[in-house]
Amino acid sequence: MKFAILSFPGSNCEMDLYHAINDVMGETAELVSFKKDSLDDYDAALVPGGFSYGDYLRGGAIARFSPIIKALGEFADTGKPVLGICNGFQILTEAGLLPGVLQKNTSAKFVCKPVELYVNNNDTVFTNQYESGQTITLPVAHGEGNYFCDQETLKDLEANNQIVFKYRDNPNGSVENIAGIINKAGNVLGMMPHPERAVEELLGSADGKGMFESIINSMVSRGIVYE
Amino acid sequence: MNNNEVTPTAIKDDKIYKNMGLSDYEYQLISEKVLGREPNYTEIGLYSGMWSEHCSYKNSKPVLKKFYSNSDRVVQGPGEGAGIIDIGDGKGIVFKAESHNHPSAVEPFQGATTGVGGILRDIFSMGARPIACLDSLRFGEPKTQADSYFISEIVAGISAYGNCIGVPTVGGDIAFDDAYEHNPLVNVMCVGLMDLDKIKVGKAAGVGNSIIYVGAKTGRDGINGASFASAQFDSEHESQRSAVQVGDPFTEKLVMEACLDVINNHADALVGIQDMGAAGLVSSSAEMGSKAGGYGMELDLDLVPQREEGMTAFELMLSESQERMLLCVKAGSEQEVLDVFADYGVEAVVIGHVTEGHNYKLLHHGEVVADVPVDSLAADAPVYHRESEEPERLKSMTSRQYVPQIKNLNETVLEILSQPTIASKHSIYETYDTQVQTNTVVAPGSDAAVLRVRGTNKALAITTDVNGRYLYLNPRIGGQIAVAEAARNVVASGGVPVGITDCLNFGNPEKTDQFYEMDQAAMGMTDACELFDTPVISGNVSLNNEFDDVAIYPTPMVGMVGLIESLDHITTQDFKHDGDLVYVIGDTNVDFNGSEIQKMQTGAINGQLFDFDLHTEYKNQKLVLTAIKNGLIQSAHDVSEGGLIVTLAESTFGNGLGIEAKLDMTGAELFSETQSRFVVSVSPEHKDEFEKLAAGKATLIGKVCDSDQLFIRTNDDVVDMKVSDALATWKGALECKLK
Amino acid sequence: MYLAKVYVTYKQSILNPEAEAIKDAVVRMGYDDVKDLTLGKYFEVKIDGTNVEHEIDEICDKLLANVNMESYRYEIEELEAAK
Repeated sequence: MKFAILSFPGSNCEMDLYHAINDVMGETAELVSFKKDSLDDYDAALVPGGFSYGDYLRGGAIARFSPIIKALGEFADTGKPVLGICNGFQILTEAGLLPGVLQKNTSAKFVCKPVELYVNNNDTVFTNQYESGQTITLPVAHGEGNYFCDQETLKDLEANNQIVFKYRDNPNGSVENIAGIINKAGNVLGMMPHPERAVEELLGSADGKGMFESIINSMVSRGIVYE
Repeated sequence: MNNNEVTPTAIKDDKIYKNMGLSDYEYQLISEKVLGREPNYTEIGLYSGMWSEHCSYKNSKPVLKKFYSNSDRVVQGPGEGAGIIDIGDGKGIVFKAESHNHPSAVEPFQGATTGVGGILRDIFSMGARPIACLDSLRFGEPKTQADSYFISEIVAGISAYGNCIGVPTVGGDIAFDDAYEHNPLVNVMCVGLMDLDKIKVGKAAGVGNSIIYVGAKTGRDGINGASFASAQFDSEHESQRSAVQVGDPFTEKLVMEACLDVINNHADALVGIQDMGAAGLVSSSAEMGSKAGGYGMELDLDLVPQREEGMTAFELMLSESQERMLLCVKAGSEQEVLDVFADYGVEAVVIGHVTEGHNYKLLHHGEVVADVPVDSLAADAPVYHRESEEPERLKSMTSRQYVPQIKNLNETVLEILSQPTIASKHSIYETYDTQVQTNTVVAPGSDAAVLRVRGTNKALAITTDVNGRYLYLNPRIGGQIAVAEAARNVVASGGVPVGITDCLNFGNPEKTDQFYEMDQAAMGMTDACELFDTPVISGNVSLNNEFDDVAIYPTPMVGMVGLIESLDHITTQDFKHDGDLVYVIGDTNVDFNGSEIQKMQTGAINGQLFDFDLHTEYKNQKLVLTAIKNGLIQSAHDVSEGGLIVTLAESTFGNGLGIEAKLDMTGAELFSETQSRFVVSVSPEHKDEFEKLAAGKATLIGKVCDSDQLFIRTNDDVVDMKVSDALATWKGALECKLK
Repeated sequence: MYLAKVYVTYKQSILNPEAEAIKDAVVRMGYDDVKDLTLGKYFEVKIDGTNVEHEIDEICDKLLANVNMESYRYEIEELEAAK
C-alpha cells in the first residue's frame, strides 16, 4: 500500500515518517508537497509534525490554507485513513477535520520526553493491534499540545468513543488527559505523541509500530493489494 | 553610525575609526600601506568588520597556530565554515562550535536563537545536513528571580530555534559560577553529516561568475556586530546594547533545505557557498573572493534585498541580519539555481560578479563607494603577538590541598548532589527536542550524546566539556583536562575520540596575564590533542569576556566527537543488572583544589591545582574502550565534578538499581576530583576476563543490587541512604532554583 | 481606579519574523493589496494609584516590553467607581 506524507514549509518530521514507513515497516511512502491538489494515488495520508510556517500565529493556522488541504478533505471524505501527528494534529483541527484546538502547554514551555499513554479505544483503523487499556510509551515533543474543546464537544467525543489515547501523566494540561482523538467517521486521527519516533528498540521504544501495523492491517483486510 | 557625509579627512582627524574598534596603528596601515589614501566611510567600515578579532583572529592567530590540526581522518581542517572528518562508508562528519556570549548578555532569548542559527549555517554551507546541536552554557549561580529569568530566556531561545528547524539538541554542559555572573557564556556546537563526494567550500573563482544573495532581507539589525562582539562590556556603556538581531528559524529551515538541494543536485552550477555571519555581506563576499585567489569582485548594492528604506552602503555591508547566504554560481547557470530557491520560497538575487584583478569594488546608486584590494580585507589584517605574563594569583598559591569539612557524610552527599552544576538538568533538556530526525540513541544527561549513523552500523558520541575552575588555578593543566574529560565522556559511551572543535572564551588579550591564560590553555589542549590524536578541526575565539575589568575564568570549551565503530559498543552510565560487579578504574588521590566541594564549602576556589598525568589518562581510557569493544562492560560513567560519590549515585539513577560498595579511602575522598577515573559495571561471568585485561588498574568495590539503597562504606564513614532520596534531591535541586 | 491599555510592538529596524510570515500568507491567500502587517501585544492593566503613568512606564520598561527590541505606548482611562 502507498502512504502519502504531506510536506509543508517548516514541517520537520516528514523524513522520520518516511524512514518509519519505508525502512522499518517495509511499505511505500512518498512525500507530497503542500502545493499539490490531489491525493488520488494514495491509500493513506500522514500529516507530519514540525513547525509548518514556523508555527507563527498558531500551530497549523497558516498551513491549512495550502492547496493540499482541500485535497486532504476530499481524501478523508472517501473514508481512507488520515493520521495527523503533533503539528499534523494542529493542522487537522485548524482545517476543521477534527474538533477542538491545541493550546499552549500549561507550563508555557516546550516539552520533549517519553510519556505513557492508555489506549482508550482499540477499535479503530489506527489502534487495532493494541489491547484495550494497554499502556504504551511514546515520545511527545511540543509547545502547543494542550487539547481543549467545549463541554458539548467533549461529551460527544466521549459518547462516540472518539478519545483514542489518554496520557497517564498529563504533560501539557489537556482536557480529560486527551492525547489523541478520532473523527466520528473513524478515519481521521490526530494525536500529539510521535509514534514514528518509537519504531525501533535502538532508539528506546518500538511501541509506535503498532499504529502503522494497525493501518496496514486494516487496509489489507479491506482488500488493498500489496505491490 | 549611518552617516554618509563623514569625509575621509574627518575620519582621520576625528579618529572616527576608533569608535569602530580600529586602532591608530591599524588606521595608519590601511591608509598608508594598503590604500595609499584616506579610506572613505564605507571602506573604513569594511575594515572595522574584517579586522575585528571575530573575523580576523588578529590576537589569537599565534595561539591557534599551536593547535594540532591534522590526523589521518581529517578531510578539511580549520579555515572553512567548519572542519570535516572521514568516518568511513563514504561519509564525513562536519562540526564546529561558536560563541554568542555578548549578544546573549544583551538580549538572552535572541542572542541564543541567533547563536544556534549561525552555527547551523556554517554546517550546511559545507554541504552537510545538521544532525545535532549541543550547548555549553556558563552562568552565575542562580540566586535571584532575575538570574532564573535570564537563564530560562537563554534556554527558551535555544529551544525555540532548534526545535523549530528540526535539528535535535542532544546535549552539552551547563555549569554555574559567579565568575560568569555578568558575562555568561553561550557556546553552540553543531554536527552535520555528509557524503564526502559533495564537499563545498566558500570560494568565488572564475571571471564572470555570479554572486547570488540568498535568504532574508537585509535590515539595520546588528550593524557592525563583529566589532561589537569583540568589545568588552562595562556598566557605563549600556548604550552599546542596541545591536539586536532576531532569529527566524522558519526562514532558516527553508534556506537550509534549498541550499542543500543546490549543493546536492546542482553541484555543477555551484562554485562556492558561504554563510553571512559576523560582518555580514562584507565578510562572506571578501572571504570567498580572497580564498579563490587571483580574482576580484564587484557587487551592486542596489540589488541587495532590503527590509528598510534608505540604507547606506555602510549599513548594507555590515548588517548582521540573520538567515542569509552568499553563493558563487557559474555564468550561465544562474537561472537554474535561482529556480531552486524560488521553489522553496526563498529570495535569491544576483548582486554581482567575479572580476579580473584583485579588487573588491562596491557600487551604490551608480557610484563606486568602495574599491580596495580583496586580500587586504580578508587576509591581511595585522597579527598581534601579545605579551604573556603569569598572573599574580598563580605565583603565590599554596600547594596544600583543601581539606573537606564533613560532619555528616550523608548530608554532605545530598548537599553536593543539589549543587546547580551537579544537579540534574532535566528541566532544561526536556524543553529541547532531543529526538527529531530519529537518530538519538542516548539523549542528554549521559556522559555523551549518542546518534546512530543511518545506512551504517556506526554511531557518533558527542560531548562538550571544560571546567574553568581548573584553568583558573592552572591554565595549562586545565586545558589538558578539558580535552581529557571530553575524551573520557566519549570513551565511556563506547566511542573512539576523533576530533574536537572549540570556543576559546577568554578575557582581554592586551592584558598580559589574560593573554597568558589563553596561550597556556591552548598549549595544554595541544598536549592532550596530540596524545589522543584528536585534531582541532574548527573553532572560534571569544575575547574580552570581562565586566568592569574582571575577566571570566579562562574557559576553552571543547566539543568532541567520537566514532562508535559498531552499534554494539554503545554504552550508557546506568547500572543494568542486579549482581553486576562495580569497579573503579584509576587511583583516587587527595585532590580538592578547584573542586566542587571546595567551592561549596568555602564559596571560592583556590590553591594550586592537583597533579594530572595525561599518559595515565590515556591508558585508562584505552582500557575502558577495549573492555567495551570486547563486550565486558555493562555500564561506564566517567568521574568528574563532585567526585566518585556523584558518579556512583548517578549510575544508580537511571534504572532504579542500588549499590553496595566498600572503598579503601576516607569519606572525604569520595569528593576528590582526581582525573582519569571511571566507574564501570561488569557481569559476574566476565569477572576474570575483565580483571585480566585491567591488569591491576581496576578496583572491585562492590556490586549492583536490586534494592533502593545507596550504601558505600569507607575507611572512616558510611554513605547509607535510599537511592530514591538521592535521586529526588538531585533531580529537584536545579528545577526548583530555576522556577 | 484606572484602566491602562498598553500596546507593545517591535521597534522599527527589528525583524519580526512572525509578522512577515503572516503577511506572506495573507498575500498568498489573494489579498495582494496588503503591503505591511505588524503584530504586537496588547495588555489591559487595572491600577489604582496616584502616579499611574510613572508606574505603567516602569512596568513596561521592566517587564511588558523588551526594551532592546520593543517599544510601547499606552492609553489610561479612569474607570467608574463601581462598587
